[in-house]
Amino acid sequence: MSEMNEKLVFDRPDSVIDRPTHYCPGCHHGIAHRLVGELLDEMDLTEKTLMVTSIGCSVFLYNYLNADAVEAPHGRAPAVATGVKRARPDSFVFTYQGDGDLASIGMAEIMHAANRGEKMSVVFVNNTVYGMTGGQMAPTTMIGQVTTTTPAGRCQTHEGAPIRMTEIIASLGGTAFAARGALNTVANIKKSRKYLKKAFEFQLNGTGFGFVELLSGCPTNWKMTALAANERIKDEMIPYFPLGVYKDVSEEGGVC
Amino acid sequence: MSKKNDRIFVKGNEAIARGALAAKCKCFFGYPITPQNDIPEYMSSEIIKAGGDFVQAESEVAAANMLLGAGASGVRAMTSSSSPGIALKQEAISYMAGSEIPAVIVNMNRGGPGLGDIGPAQGDYYQSTRGGGHGDYRHFTFGPGTVQEAYDLTIKAFDIAFKQRTPVLILGDAILGQMKEPITPWLPENIDEEAGRDWAVTGRTGGREKRLVKSLFLEEGALAEQNRHLQAKYDSWKSMTEAEQFETEDADLILCAYGSIGRIAKSAVRKFRKDGKKVGLFRPITLYPFPSDELKELAEQGKRFLTIEHNLGQMLDDVRLAIRTVADSDFYPIYPGNLPTPDELEEPILKCLEGK
Ligand SMILES: Cc1ncc(C[n+]2csc(CCOP(=O)(O)OP(=O)(O)O)c2C)c(N)n1
Ligand code: SF4
Repeated sequence: MSEMNEKLVFDRPDSVIDRPTHYCPGCHHGIAHRLVGELLDEMDLTEKTLMVTSIGCSVFLYNYLNADAVEAPHGRAPAVATGVKRARPDSFVFTYQGDGDLASIGMAEIMHAANRGEKMSVVFVNNTVYGMTGGQMAPTTMIGQVTTTTPAGRCQTHEGAPIRMTEIIASLGGTAFAARGALNTVANIKKSRKYLKKAFEFQLNGTGFGFVELLSGCPTNWKMTALAANERIKDEMIPYFPLGVYKDVSEEGGVC
Repeated sequence: MSKKNDRIFVKGNEAIARGALAAKCKCFFGYPITPQNDIPEYMSSEIIKAGGDFVQAESEVAAANMLLGAGASGVRAMTSSSSPGIALKQEAISYMAGSEIPAVIVNMNRGGPGLGDIGPAQGDYYQSTRGGGHGDYRHFTFGPGTVQEAYDLTIKAFDIAFKQRTPVLILGDAILGQMKEPITPWLPENIDEEAGRDWAVTGRTGGREKRLVKSLFLEEGALAEQNRHLQAKYDSWKSMTEAEQFETEDADLILCAYGSIGRIAKSAVRKFRKDGKKVGLFRPITLYPFPSDELKELAEQGKRFLTIEHNLGQMLDDVRLAIRTVADSDFYPIYPGNLPTPDELEEPILKCLEGK
């Protein structure tokens, strides 16, 4: 029988719940979820994980990952996570936030949690738009990008320039690890996974704050096919938001 | 009876901090604002010594959300602030109410609106008793009138927060916070520090089912169900009201006042009693739930009422709601920005007594 010769190479991680997601076709949130789920399994973290979910398309993260979770108000996930981690220092705590959530309304909370060196990890999904509310401008929206609130395209003199969060977070004293990956190609997904793992390790060994930005597609609000969205990440986003590790204290000799 | 050497001489703010530590508060999140700074200052060293943690947050918004996180993980936690800071905490307080997260929040009310002044005032009564944030919710609210009471009610606040899974607010002002009085500290027994064991997010250790602490209810009817559940909880608090009655039995005129003003009104009552005038005091200690039934009983005995507040008339609404089928209440406002004395209250009380 042919089945006997088949080798299973790809399966659902235990930490990922077997149910259809609510995301649009081609959305990268699902890939980001899967990467986190794989790592929770691989690093044996599911039972000590306390997830802090935020506001945006990903608010239902807790429906897809099999770990305890608390829901934060818009932008405040890093503060909620600070409270969780201070209250339960032995747990593994991560936030999962979109660009509107993290770089706009929650700018203060993310900066200060990083600067304090909170022993937590942040998964930052940057799709250059407010997805859930219907495609308004985000702080990361590219110059010229048309959104429902920049109908003529984002203009630097009127709306400012897209904010590069990883660079900012890397500059803060409490940050142990900061990196930017992308979810548009298999190679980039694999690299992103490595970054996430590193960020998680820095929390587990108590070094400091770990931050991973993931350049992601929102085909619905970009009004593109999923494949065109992947191309856009390559052609427009990566040149402005370069990929790579921006801070890694294991190479620098430690924070604090 | 407490011995003299059991007593300590402390400010109201410090009494609250000590009460929280006696109640085994393990996390404190603060942001400086006058007149409550003694609380975070005291906590910054003492809670660490007690094996807990202190964070000076980047803002009141962050402090309240840290509180949300600690409370959601089932740990006894507290924040304190004053009026504009409490306004910033309201979004998180609404989320805590919606997610049924226990926590203790102290508001040392100062004068407003806006930046106002840092002196005592009671202008946050509506905000404190109506659910100052968005949506349909209430939380337990205490209005202590003495430093000892501030200590006692803080301990009680933690118990209620966990038993009822609700944020509990302690509403004081600069008089209470800055005044020093002797108090007898005491340690509550049998505190269940793992009280959240059946609902809090603590990690799925041992492979238990995952838990969510959230306030989002999207399915058809789910939010209505949650609101029904919350309302039933708030209704059940009616049996938990507290009030002090002083010389009310034979009184013709009852002063209604809470917190520091309640205490000043009590001095005025004493003075009137010396002159043989039948004045009494009704001082609500729980501001939400409001002790309506007790007040109504007094109204049914034919008594008259004068509500005195350090604001332009807020608790007055609750007094009127309580007694509306039998009586009404006069009102004397002390304008925020002024420091009231018992003498100031004499004239309006006299006027009421004489039916003018
Ligand atoms: C205080 C507050 N302001 C605004 C909103 C509305 N809101 C919900 S999701 C969202 C944007 C989220 O965008 P982003 O973080 O980029 O996540 P995405 O949906 O793109 O994944 C906003 C503004 C809210 N829920 N709360
Ligand atoms: S709107 Fe965009 S971010 Fe939201 S689910 Fe759809 S594709 Fe994903």
